[in-house]
Amino acid sequence: MELFWYIVLMTMLAVYIILDGYDFGAGIIHLFFAKTESDKKAITSAIGPFWDANEVWLIASGGVLFFAFPTLYASSFSGFYLPLMIILWLLIFRAIGLELRGQVQNRIWEAIWDKAFGISSLLLALFFGVALGNVVRGVNLGNVVNGVSTYEGHFFFLPLWVPSLSPQVEELGIIDWFTLLLGIIGVVILTIHGANWIILKTNSSINGKLKKVVFNLNFVLLVLVIISLLVWHVIEPQPFHNFTSNPLLWIFPIITFTGLLGLFKVKVFRNHGMGFLFSSLFLFGGLVSTAMSIFPKMLPSTNSINPDLTLYNVAAHNYGLSVGVYWFVIAALLVALYMVIQYKVFKGKMDDVGYGEH
Amino acid sequence: MLSPVLPVISISYPILNTKEMEDILLYDRLQFAFTITFHYLFPQLTMGLSLMIVFFKGQYLRTKIDKYNDAAKFWMKIFALNFAMGVVTGIPMEFQFGTNWAKFSELTGGIIGQTLAMEGMFSFFLESSFLGLFLFGEKKLGHKLHFLTGFLVFLGSWASGYLIIATHSWMQNPVGYEIIENGKFVLNNFGALFSNPWLLPSYLHNQAGSLVTSSFVVAGIGAFYLLNDKHHEFGKLFVKTGVIFGLASSLIVAFPTGDWAAKNVVKYQPATFAGMEGIFETEEGGSEIILIGQPNMIEKKLDNKIAVPNILSFLTYQDWNAEIKGLNEFDESVHPTNIPGLYYAYHIMVGLGTIFIGLMLLAALQLYRKKLYETKWILWSLMLMLPFPYIANTTGWYTAELGRQPWLVYNLLRTADGASPTVSAGNTLFTLLGFVGLYILLGLLFLILVGKIVNKGPKLNTH
Repeated sequence: MELFWYIVLMTMLAVYIILDGYDFGAGIIHLFFAKTESDKKAITSAIGPFWDANEVWLIASGGVLFFAFPTLYASSFSGFYLPLMIILWLLIFRAIGLELRGQVQNRIWEAIWDKAFGISSLLLALFFGVALGNVVRGVNLGNVVNGVSTYEGHFFFLPLWVPSLSPQVEELGIIDWFTLLLGIIGVVILTIHGANWIILKTNSSINGKLKKVVFNLNFVLLVLVIISLLVWHVIEPQPFHNFTSNPLLWIFPIITFTGLLGLFKVKVFRNHGMGFLFSSLFLFGGLVSTAMSIFPKMLPSTNSINPDLTLYNVAAHNYGLSVGVYWFVIAALLVALYMVIQYKVFKGKMDDVGYGEH
Repeated sequence: MLSPVLPVISISYPILNTKEMEDILLYDRLQFAFTITFHYLFPQLTMGLSLMIVFFKGQYLRTKIDKYNDAAKFWMKIFALNFAMGVVTGIPMEFQFGTNWAKFSELTGGIIGQTLAMEGMFSFFLESSFLGLFLFGEKKLGHKLHFLTGFLVFLGSWASGYLIIATHSWMQNPVGYEIIENGKFVLNNFGALFSNPWLLPSYLHNQAGSLVTSSFVVAGIGAFYLLNDKHHEFGKLFVKTGVIFGLASSLIVAFPTGDWAAKNVVKYQPATFAGMEGIFETEEGGSEIILIGQPNMIEKKLDNKIAVPNILSFLTYQDWNAEIKGLNEFDESVHPTNIPGLYYAYHIMVGLGTIFIGLMLLAALQLYRKKLYETKWILWSLMLMLPFPYIANTTGWYTAELGRQPWLVYNLLRTADGASPTVSAGNTLFTLLGFVGLYILLGLLFLILVGKIVNKGPKLNTH
């Protein structure tokens, strides 16, 4: 049962990051590459009818985490208190930037909300990468100081940073060089992903330029991914132990690299959806491979006193998990139906949806 | 190191002294109270308004008169803005269970996680998928399918309310659980969450309250147009629709739903009931109903009281002489934490509810006599009354929440034992201040934009 809900949760998070990921990426493109009013309009129209439903995947993933793994939810949400609150505020800023921009025709008003939308998108991409970095690196569970826990062994609290910015000290911070590396990877891949979405959904005049952006950023991404693999042993001495004991799992890194290498052909794709497909593969494969490198841990302990949080020791009781399967299957089928309808109605290019012109 | 079960260890918290613990609890509670109060300003309108928009759109489909479709479109704009505000202020609510109330989440997540996860899966996806279609899809979908998307948005928002109140009902009256080692609550009967006797009366009461808000908003803006001599046709339509919906909902909010909900409080939380009604001492031969008075917690009595004898006993038990337990019958450790706050919240809600019924009855009478649109003082009253259902709904929720204190899970888990153990008071105050600043900005922007939409008004669309 725990494993079922673990797979559900991972799948939902992957869907979330693929969907809201293109929203963030579109925001970053909007910030750096959209110069003319019609380009900006094309970008906001391409995500307008979707972003709200995409963000629901975050809320729903949070709900499933709460329901299936309450101890992990309690531990991680209170331990990552400050970054989560900052993510909340950024999500709010991003949403109001997007929604309010078109409400008043005034250049200063528009400039303020354009920047709010773009900058919060950028920071969100960074923070989600940093968050992934924190989860795989692990935290000082129980806030052990000099060999003694100061909290119950499954609770902790992390400040935003500590002066050393190192992932290898006893008292860790949210931001260190390792998590920051993953944060930058997050920004790069989501920028690529957002550009691919815009290429897919609009006829905007910057599409040609965006293909070059994707191509160039993909080199950066490749270099960053290689660097991260070279330093991964710092946070996990045997990152591949699950893969060697269960070779079928290699499929996920293969998916990741298929996505990464496929993106280099962005300039020659006939079908406008191919780029988006490949960046989605990278996101999905990358997230699952990362999770597999620490499986069955969900939040590792960096000290030797308190045990890791695994999907088995943080899960809710069996009856609740079993009964949840019934309603979840029904709900998941409904969600699939909604998505089919939604994307069918808004299929094709979206430049003329007229988002924000209430 | 992998371990199948987390070890049970008791830790003495060397860092936390009593002062710090009290501050943490204070800021955690203030932050939750502030963010939920602000958040609920929006859903209480959108839940009721979605039904009224479906009504307008349905009228258009039936009659093909353009003004109904234009009315639906106008309210959709207001709805969209409120909905967006509800979404962005709603995400922090779900996060805060974990960030600020981690101990509570850990202990009860196996139960309330069910209903909260169901809310995400069943209602948020439904609402958000079809809201996009509803707002941007009229041309692509045609009117019938457009009506359907509106109906699905309505369904999603009411399902969301249902699952939130199911969660709330479990905290007020826990059912279907057992408590295992570590003090964890474990679900043992899923069906009990939904057959909880607390759930249905609270849900219906709350939805009727939400319709009261939307009715007064629709009627109030209609009255604004009529008094302003603008958009006459819409002014009349809004006032009429608002008054009809408003009369029905303000009656239903009092009886049967309010009455039914209050009887639940008597049965399951008698100390709370005594606090709400301001009954300090059990009275021989039946209890009076308090209309006005200020609780004096030092002398344990009401100051400046105006009361009517025996009414409360009758309303509660349909028996003029039935005994109602006063606060004196309960140990102080289980008294509601803030009795004056609880008493005022309840009395403001009931007082306003009574005024709403009175005003709507008068307006409906004038509507029936075909004189409503000329009766200036009623139009003025309808317009000026617009903010008050928000106050009534908010104080209604304060009654429920303050009534439950000092418990998070009634009689089982104290609020003081539910806060996050590792988040310091300084960090909580930091985020509380952040929310206050951000929400003031949001509130200002919201008012400006709603003002803009209302001032521009609906347009008759000649096809």
